[in-house]
Amino acid sequence: MSTTVIAEIPGHERPSVERVNYLNVDHSVKSWLLTHDHKRIALLYLISITLMFFVGGFFAVLMRLNLIEPTGLVAPETYNKLFTMHGVIMVFFFLVPSIPATLGNFLVPMMIGARDLAFPRINLLSWYIYILGAAFTLYAVISGGVDTGWTFYTPYSSSFSHTSVIPTAVGVFITGFSSILTGLNFIVTIHKMRAPGLTWFRLPLFIWAMYATSVIFILGTPVIAITLFLLGLERLLHIGIFDPAIGGDPILFQHMFWFYSHPAVYIMILPGMGVMSELITAFSRKRIFGYTFVAFSSLAIAIISFLVWGHHMFVTGQSVYAGLIFSVLSFLVAIPSAIKVFNWTATLYKGSISYEAPMLYALGFIGLFTMGGLTGLFLASLATDVHLNGTYFIVAHFHYIMVGGAVMAYLGGLHFWWPKITGRLYPDAWARFAALVIFVGFNLTFFPQFVLGYLGMPRRYAVYPGEFQVLNVMSSAGASILGVGYLIPLIYFIWSFKYGPLAGPNPWGAKGLEWTTPSPPPTENFEEVPIVTEQAYNYAGTSESAHG
Amino acid sequence: MSGHVVPVKTYVFVFLALMVLTGLTTGVAFIDLHAWNTPAALAIAVVKMLLVVLFFMHVKYSPKLTKMVVVAGFFFLSLLVAFTLADELTRNWSPRALDWSTAASVTHSPR
Ligand code: HEM
Ligand SMILES: [Cu+2]
Repeated sequence: MSTTVIAEIPGHERPSVERVNYLNVDHSVKSWLLTHDHKRIALLYLISITLMFFVGGFFAVLMRLNLIEPTGLVAPETYNKLFTMHGVIMVFFFLVPSIPATLGNFLVPMMIGARDLAFPRINLLSWYIYILGAAFTLYAVISGGVDTGWTFYTPYSSSFSHTSVIPTAVGVFITGFSSILTGLNFIVTIHKMRAPGLTWFRLPLFIWAMYATSVIFILGTPVIAITLFLLGLERLLHIGIFDPAIGGDPILFQHMFWFYSHPAVYIMILPGMGVMSELITAFSRKRIFGYTFVAFSSLAIAIISFLVWGHHMFVTGQSVYAGLIFSVLSFLVAIPSAIKVFNWTATLYKGSISYEAPMLYALGFIGLFTMGGLTGLFLASLATDVHLNGTYFIVAHFHYIMVGGAVMAYLGGLHFWWPKITGRLYPDAWARFAALVIFVGFNLTFFPQFVLGYLGMPRRYAVYPGEFQVLNVMSSAGASILGVGYLIPLIYFIWSFKYGPLAGPNPWGAKGLEWTTPSPPPTENFEEVPIVTEQAYNYAGTSESAHG
Repeated sequence: MSGHVVPVKTYVFVFLALMVLTGLTTGVAFIDLHAWNTPAALAIAVVKMLLVVLFFMHVKYSPKLTKMVVVAGFFFLSLLVAFTLADELTRNWSPRALDWSTAASVTHSPR
């Protein structure tokens, strides 16, 4: 299916480059910078976050280079800045906006049969806010960098660090508002603009995931904004909020920071889970196993994720009694996550599975996310966390989730919807090859870090004892493979955008409203408002269409 | 959006109430209520906040779904406060090696 160019599909108009679509309707720069079209805004975001991904990746490369030698290659002060800027950029400027602002922006209206989001101008505003925030943070990078860690822990960040803490914090503060606006837009759109017949339980699970993510955006992001604001006040005006020397409580900072940042971890993974449900069903040609369970587990994750933040503070001075509660609650959040993994696996059972590139990413996600999640349970156990906290085990854990999970799902989704977004196919053989390179490179980079952490190598140090060198060199070697794996899609996507064979409306034979419209879609998405009469993922046929 | 027109009189009245409450906050700051200093200031602030949310932000005239969203916001804020207090209030239940107040040169009044 993937190698043949679909030039003509019976019953569909002949795809032609001439047909007016959202890409060729107007070529002027102004028409892009002032667009209200959710699809164009998605592309603006796609370009911006891709740039940030490679800036963040550049710092990671330098870190891994440094760690080839036990004595380190750069000064410790420089290393501190490298891991801080890597973390800040990857978390706040790549992963948080990644799927929602690109695929979400593009697909939410398309999947529910709407012409656009509820507030198109606010959508454009959110992109400008993102750019402004990114500008502040990049200014901080150029003006000497920051060294507080992406966690900005006080009192170091408020009273001691001599680096560009304020510009970075302002950048993160500003960007938060772009998340809030996106979340607001999605919630209103999903409530108000579904096509006739598209009931809540007929929605694609990607939409449920976007909804849950939006809830976290709106409830969590204001708290990180306030926290960074207070940090700024303490740093500039010496108002004692977090610094014990002037009457503050540093643990208060950690409470407020992680109240946002733990849910933010789910901001990063929930959209990926939504993508997963679409990929698994499309490439095993089956309805999802246990639709309602998967849908509600997204909401359960969104809510429970607000109750577990103290698991980041077991050994930082939090009361043991609070630690006990947070430990128990952290175990609870594993349940809805596990439900999803089991249901995807059950969906595969007796499906007619094919292994196109998006599916390879999806299968990779299941394994890597499971490892990331299970090691999370080690960390949520009070006793084992005393040993593992602050070591490379943590670094491995969250990279298995954020890179092995979220980035894999993001790439899988990008490959899946690329023909819809651009109207063109990419070379499938290269895409499968890249997926494999990424999988191998990823594991080689981060698996040794589990071992290193368990053996006691602390994170955030520029140097380490010689006995850890073999594992570190393995990790650095893996990182270079991973880097190559990320560059291959960049190249063939750019190629495909201009020269790729035409895709036709539905190259995968997938279900969902977005596949019923031409690729790339016209500005108004649908020529006429679609009417939905069947449940989601109705791959089996139309017979059971009546019940949703 | 829903088309409800609020009489200007209401806005003026709410504005005056906010001004009076601001004066009250300032006044209370000059009286030492000991342990009640913070609760008193917070109580006045909550009343002011409610006035703004209900009238200026039109929540009083909004559909149930909007009200639910507002309540959800406060509910999650209360989670932040409750769990932070769960730590704060139980921190001294068990003995620790050294705590912040003895480590820092400044001494604090007991929590
Ligand atoms: C090319 C792939 C990547 C490599 C080789 C890599 C490598 C590293 C390294 C070496 C550290 C430093 C840990 C320390 O100094 O102790 C780190 C930290 C971190 N990485 Fe990555 N990383 C990669 C991709 C990502 C991505 C895509 C994200 C997005 C979420 C990410 C998020 C983070 C975060 C949040 C930290 C923690 C920063 C801190 O607290 O010190 N990384 N990574
Ligand atoms: Cu967490």
